[in-house]
Amino acid sequence: MASMEQTAPQMDLLRLWRDKNARAVIIQILTIAGLFFFTFWIVSNAVTNLETIGKGYSFDFLFEPAGYDINQYLIEYTNRSSHLTAAVVGLLNTLLVAVTGIILATVVGFILGVLRLSKNLLMGKIVYTYIEVVRNVPVLLWILLVHGMLISSLPSPKASVSDGWDFLGVSFLSNRGFYLPQPNPEPAFWATVIAFFLGIAGAVVFRRHARKVQDATGKILPVFWVSVAAILGLPILVFLVTGLPIVWSFPELKGFNFVGGFAIKPEFMALTLALSLYTSSFIAENVRGGILAVSHGQTEAAHALGISNSRTLQLVVIPQALRVIIPPLTSQYLNLTKNSSLAIAVGYMDIVATIGGISLNQTGREMECMTIVLLVYLCFSLLISAFMNWYNKRIKLIER
Amino acid sequence: MSEAAIDTSGMKVTDEVVIEIQHMHKWYGEFHVLKNVNLTVNRGERIVICGPSGSGKSTMIRCINRLEEHQQGHILVDGIELTNDLKNIDAIRREVGMVFQHFNLFPHLTVLENCTLAPIWVRQTPKKDAEEQAMHFLSKVKIPDQAHKYPGQLSGGQQQRVAIARSLCMNPRIMLFDEPTSALDPEMISEVLDTMIELAQEGMTMLCVTHEMGFARKVANRVIFMDGGEIIEQNEPEEFFTNPQSERTKLFLSQILNH
Repeated sequence: MASMEQTAPQMDLLRLWRDKNARAVIIQILTIAGLFFFTFWIVSNAVTNLETIGKGYSFDFLFEPAGYDINQYLIEYTNRSSHLTAAVVGLLNTLLVAVTGIILATVVGFILGVLRLSKNLLMGKIVYTYIEVVRNVPVLLWILLVHGMLISSLPSPKASVSDGWDFLGVSFLSNRGFYLPQPNPEPAFWATVIAFFLGIAGAVVFRRHARKVQDATGKILPVFWVSVAAILGLPILVFLVTGLPIVWSFPELKGFNFVGGFAIKPEFMALTLALSLYTSSFIAENVRGGILAVSHGQTEAAHALGISNSRTLQLVVIPQALRVIIPPLTSQYLNLTKNSSLAIAVGYMDIVATIGGISLNQTGREMECMTIVLLVYLCFSLLISAFMNWYNKRIKLIER
Repeated sequence: MSEAAIDTSGMKVTDEVVIEIQHMHKWYGEFHVLKNVNLTVNRGERIVICGPSGSGKSTMIRCINRLEEHQQGHILVDGIELTNDLKNIDAIRREVGMVFQHFNLFPHLTVLENCTLAPIWVRQTPKKDAEEQAMHFLSKVKIPDQAHKYPGQLSGGQQQRVAIARSLCMNPRIMLFDEPTSALDPEMISEVLDTMIELAQEGMTMLCVTHEMGFARKVANRVIFMDGGEIIEQNEPEEFFTNPQSERTKLFLSQILNH
């Protein structure tokens, strides 16, 4: 009997380990403890090593003057601005490429994806070839190729004017960038802006109204055309009525370059074009897959009920295809955003080139700079993920 | 399905011709699927089409609402000829309901929305009326309590009955059934067949591709046997089953009745 009493606590522990729920808790506690210890070890290691070579961990350098020029800035910047300002300029430049790229890639990708399914054999083959060529070459090569084409095959500003590389005499394509007339709004232009937002509000209200009318009487109102008229037509009308309140500043050739106007720099153009064309080929495949995933029976059932082709797409095919397209689309958006860090290859000043490049080299604050760059990309990616997950949840299919 | 005889008082064949198929041919590439098909259907007829797989029976009824195009000959539905004219095609599809082997319900819409989609967007019926009508037909197929569920939550038999209700919501004058019970578990076949029998009793014109010979005996006024893309034989059910004329029909019947 004595031996039985001795083994009892051991038996209890063993029983605890065999219990499914208890074991789960024990493993979690051990994991958290391990993770905590590992993080502590890494951080203390870094702190000690930095101290040994005489470096602290401080972000004070951010408020010192940066001392270098940036060729494209969306906010006020000179070489006497701080590293922090340089970082914000870089961040905005990254954001600009990412947003423009995502919009372009989505539009082009959806069009290509649909054309790829075209019954027109020639069209299908052309798009197929295009997609296979574009997506099977590394994106860095595309960036360099497009940049090289823009820089070396486009004429100099002078030749651009004399050789007729212009659109209607007011926009010029040259190796220094694409120069466009810059609109400078007069005070009365506010009326047009207000009209635009009123138009959007009007379209939303009309959409609701149309829904109600359809529910009540069955009549289908032309929502699309009324929305177009409200959002585009109304501002244009107001713009004309208020007497075209915009003064254009036109680019003019002075010396070797253009003065005035508004320039899209070749670095930005190369990066955005290459990234969005590259990503669009992946999106096209997602879209094609999504549409093919909706079984043909769905289309047939809708047709058999007398629903027209375009309504079948709108009511039956697209809602089902979207739920297949959205999750991979999210990762394409993330890819594009992160690939924009290849900007450094063509000298486009994004977050990596500014704070993670020149600032880092000048101040020697690699830990701090890399932390900032890392956090910026992490935030962008998490934001995109969060938005797309929210959208995906909204359109998800309910089963069982 | 009970073996008792059913009330046939509502099944009346009239003189009015609703479908006329004349010398129809169809090819899939080189393959000649339908060879010189001729068929006249009067209002109120219940026609069962049977035959070995690949004989072209599904293809033939799919030609009637233009899910398949024919390459030669004429098809007239309710006096309208099926051509490439999209307006004619849509007009005919509104009058012809179809039930598929795999139900083809819209999985992203509830049962009720499945039933109201076409009335709302094609017939421009007010939502409330469309829903009332949908509930009426859902009650008729005995699943009004499932109206707010999604198709994925229903059994196969229930889904097929929803598909029938969905077609009926367009108030079709002709119903086409393309092997409506072939994808169902045995215990669910009868609930679908019962629904179809009820439809027949109300005088609906029906063309049904099926191997349910019990259904053919009870409901059909004509059985058509197809093989190799041709109509081999057609007759009244009793005559068809007891006294088949061609060798191929005899072989087919012996295969499906003695398994």
